[in-house]
Amino acid sequence: MSAITVSTTVNGDAVDFICQPDESLLDALRGRLGLTGAKEGCGTGDCGACSVTVNGRLVCSCLMLAAEAEGAEIGTVEGIAKGNALHPLQQSFLDHAGLQCGVCTPGILVAAKALLDRNPDPTDEEVRYWLAGNLCRCTGYDKIIRAVQSAAAQMRSA
Amino acid sequence: MVKVLLWGSLRTHTDGQAEVEVEARTFKEVLDRLAEAYPGLRPQIERGVSMAIDGRIYREAWFTEIKPDSEVVVMPYMTGG
Amino acid sequence: MALDSHGKREFKQIGTRVARPDGIDKVTGRALYGADMSAPGMLVGRILRSPHAHARILRIDTSEAEAIPGVKAVVTGADFSIPDDAALADISVNVMARTKALYDGHAVAAVAATSAQAAKAALKAIKVEYEVLPHVTDVDAAMAPDAPVVQKGRSLESVPAGMGANVTHHCEFGHGDLEAGFARADKIVERSFKTAATHQGYIEPHACLATMNGDGRADLWCCTQGQYMVRTVCAGVLGIEASQLRVTASEIGGGFGGKTTVFIEPVALMLAKKSGKPVKIVMTRDEVFKATGPTVSTSIDVKIGMTKAGRITAGAATLRYSGGAFPNTTVDMGAQAAFAAYDLDAVRTVGWNILTNRPKESAYRAPGAPQAIYAVESVVDELCLALNLDPLDVRILNAARKGTKSSYGPTFDDIGLLATLEAAKAHPHYNTPLKPGQSRGVSCGFWFNFGGNTCVSLNINTDGTVGVTEGNPDIGGSRASISLMAAEELGVPYDKVRTIIADTASLGYNDVTDGSRVTFAVGLATIKAARDAIKKMCGRVAKIWGIDEDAVEWRDGAAHPAGPNAGKFPPMTLEEIAAISFETGGPIAGHYEVNADGAGVSFGVHLCDLEVDKETGQTTILRYTVFQDAGKAVHPDYVEGQMQGGAVQGIGWALNEEYIYGADGRLLNAGFLDYRIPVASDLPKIDTQILEIPNPGHPYGVRGVGETGIVPPLAAVSNAVSRAIDVRMHELPMSPPRVLKAIKAARG
Ligand code: FES
Ligand code: FES
Repeated sequence: MSAITVSTTVNGDAVDFICQPDESLLDALRGRLGLTGAKEGCGTGDCGACSVTVNGRLVCSCLMLAAEAEGAEIGTVEGIAKGNALHPLQQSFLDHAGLQCGVCTPGILVAAKALLDRNPDPTDEEVRYWLAGNLCRCTGYDKIIRAVQSAAAQMRSA
Repeated sequence: MVKVLLWGSLRTHTDGQAEVEVEARTFKEVLDRLAEAYPGLRPQIERGVSMAIDGRIYREAWFTEIKPDSEVVVMPYMTGG
Repeated sequence: MALDSHGKREFKQIGTRVARPDGIDKVTGRALYGADMSAPGMLVGRILRSPHAHARILRIDTSEAEAIPGVKAVVTGADFSIPDDAALADISVNVMARTKALYDGHAVAAVAATSAQAAKAALKAIKVEYEVLPHVTDVDAAMAPDAPVVQKGRSLESVPAGMGANVTHHCEFGHGDLEAGFARADKIVERSFKTAATHQGYIEPHACLATMNGDGRADLWCCTQGQYMVRTVCAGVLGIEASQLRVTASEIGGGFGGKTTVFIEPVALMLAKKSGKPVKIVMTRDEVFKATGPTVSTSIDVKIGMTKAGRITAGAATLRYSGGAFPNTTVDMGAQAAFAAYDLDAVRTVGWNILTNRPKESAYRAPGAPQAIYAVESVVDELCLALNLDPLDVRILNAARKGTKSSYGPTFDDIGLLATLEAAKAHPHYNTPLKPGQSRGVSCGFWFNFGGNTCVSLNINTDGTVGVTEGNPDIGGSRASISLMAAEELGVPYDKVRTIIADTASLGYNDVTDGSRVTFAVGLATIKAARDAIKKMCGRVAKIWGIDEDAVEWRDGAAHPAGPNAGKFPPMTLEEIAAISFETGGPIAGHYEVNADGAGVSFGVHLCDLEVDKETGQTTILRYTVFQDAGKAVHPDYVEGQMQGGAVQGIGWALNEEYIYGADGRLLNAGFLDYRIPVASDLPKIDTQILEIPNPGHPYGVRGVGETGIVPPLAAVSNAVSRAIDVRMHELPMSPPRVLKAIKAARG
């Protein structure tokens, strides 16, 4: 198997990397680019810890081949804040204790942001169904939902 | 002398007594005297036990003082998650 | 200074919801977890696992694997010696099988290679010759005298003669005259229950990065609940000295008890030793399920007698637990906890541990208690229904309280059960009428809580800020709580304190983060370390003022003359004292080392409303409220978080989660798709009410809160389901097919 060169944009910056043909986007982000914010909780598309956006679409990066990212725009948790200015979702997760261990948090933030980008005023039910692919074992989800809703309210009034 | 309450399955090593008396003023002395008087208890004591003294549970606390009227209960070594 | 006084105290910072110090790193993706660390030239480590539930390992041929380009080391059981200590020996055999594979997923060999691809190819090239043996995975089947023997000669002296070889432990607790008690009852219910093994389900798989130099010095980075435990165990398994191995705990992505032991760490160290290169091992989710600790699976009989008025006259239980292929004594905890919520004249619990061909049990939140209490609370609920009594009234009537001789022996001091029950009774949730088709379940829960070995250093920096060094991985916000306690005691603002978690070379030994001990024990040690620093600061000030040390007292972050007789001096703040510390005798630090006791037991009560779809057997939780005594909630957000997280894990246990084994003894659902933990859309809000009945064993009254929350949901949900379908459920989980079967069986 020979390595493949991939040119992408990651969090707004042009990035080239090489990868194996069978390498997942998650492994490439973590192993080749040092972007360890996305986590591997399962590697089978069941936990959402590896969530990133590819051309604006929310995907499990463990299920996508790195080679498929050629020419794509990738968004990861590392790109959510602007410098030291946290995104309202990030601040809200801190304010509402929307994380305990925090390992699910990168995926949940990416997923929640993708939701609010589409639907700035979701119901609790909609948030819960949207995040159903993001497992959190620590919080019982209650504070996560509150954090998302509070951020949504704040973003609407901004 | 202090009265020491043992859990049920230890009683096979104390001729069926649930409560035994030993001459002891500390956690360690209770265990030492128990092991001397009832050698059958020794393996369990060596694996580790906890001890409730007046309602408070101790693990490995040799010098914890025991008053003659203290309530002393030997319990399995406690572990959590 | 009344340093050891507790009781009523006005707190300035304790109880506020401050920002956690690791927060920004965790919302920006910067926090480094187990798998996030790299080292130059590191190799990829992978483990080969047995596909058989039980098999003799006849031969392992690694020569082909070793010949693959990029493969730098291969290890098997032959590379490890067996430690003398029985517990260490079991861990050693669990991390790498020797003569027998004891369960599906048991490690048999490992490789380290320059790429994941080469490592994968090497695993395929290792030839293991097995002689497949008969296996047993069910706890009751394993107890039978003719069951396949998992391990020979492992029974403790507690096991009476004549039991099968798989029975390794026996225990018995209780007091009073059972027969007389049952004779006084108006109604006796006797039932048998089964609970499936469940997994802690932390989202972060085990991961570590090991290096070992030619001089024997080793470094290990890993996600663990206790770096000192990792050091002790790895040093013991590998036969190296503790000082040669430095273990650094990464940020930890959940543990819940499952990271209180080691699985891959000794293997990574051995691969690093053999290859002379850093080796990183990251488990796959499949490996996490197959080879790391699930809970015990259980089979439990409970018999309870009650008067018409609802007073329990006697309670008895027999508990059969299996913690997999290695002996354990978790059943001790279950047998002690089963009836802890009740004030009983006559109670007896008998426990057995039995070996099965399943992975070695690891602790999971209140280990052993949820299963036992589920069975007891189910029978109590059935009695309430039969006698037409209110389930909370019955629990209030029988509740253990101060002065109660507990079911496990000692007499209770101040405990919060009664207050918790009364809070539940008064809560709007309990007083909201149910709509048709809805039902409500109630359950109590209990956990012991522990203190344990703890060591804290607290440094006063010259600019008046404070550094706290502690040794317990922060699993859910504990750094914030520890900083809060230091700030409160010293009288400085919270944001002047920074708490870090030391590696094993930088601070004395600390027990693992378990038993809900951290906020209690590390908090206690932090407060005492702060007092030690305060004493030193008062000493410096006494010298400056030229008065007696006793004449200086600490208040609001400053040294003051203790009274009018001490003289008239303007107070000196911590900042002022710190600034001149070099001139007054050198750096100022406080220390405290303790094996903490007095953790104080914890009770909780849960209310659960739900409905069951009688066509599909699907249960929907509609409303859920958790009541729990926290002693004193240091950081209420994280106390609530513990209560909610525990409740939802318990709900998962009650409704969905289970280890399912095929007839061949292989685990059928080793992934999150088939081992289904609760997701956001499964759940309603989880309401919480924190009660604060101060723990007399802690300077601020703190009790551990981490574990109790997982205990009540099993019965709260089961009781509600049983009421909804009018059939008593006695097996967990109550997955839709199981509920449907129960409904159909009742219809006849
Ligand atoms: S790691 Fe991709 S979904 Fe779990
Ligand atoms: S905060 Fe730990 S898994 Fe979500």
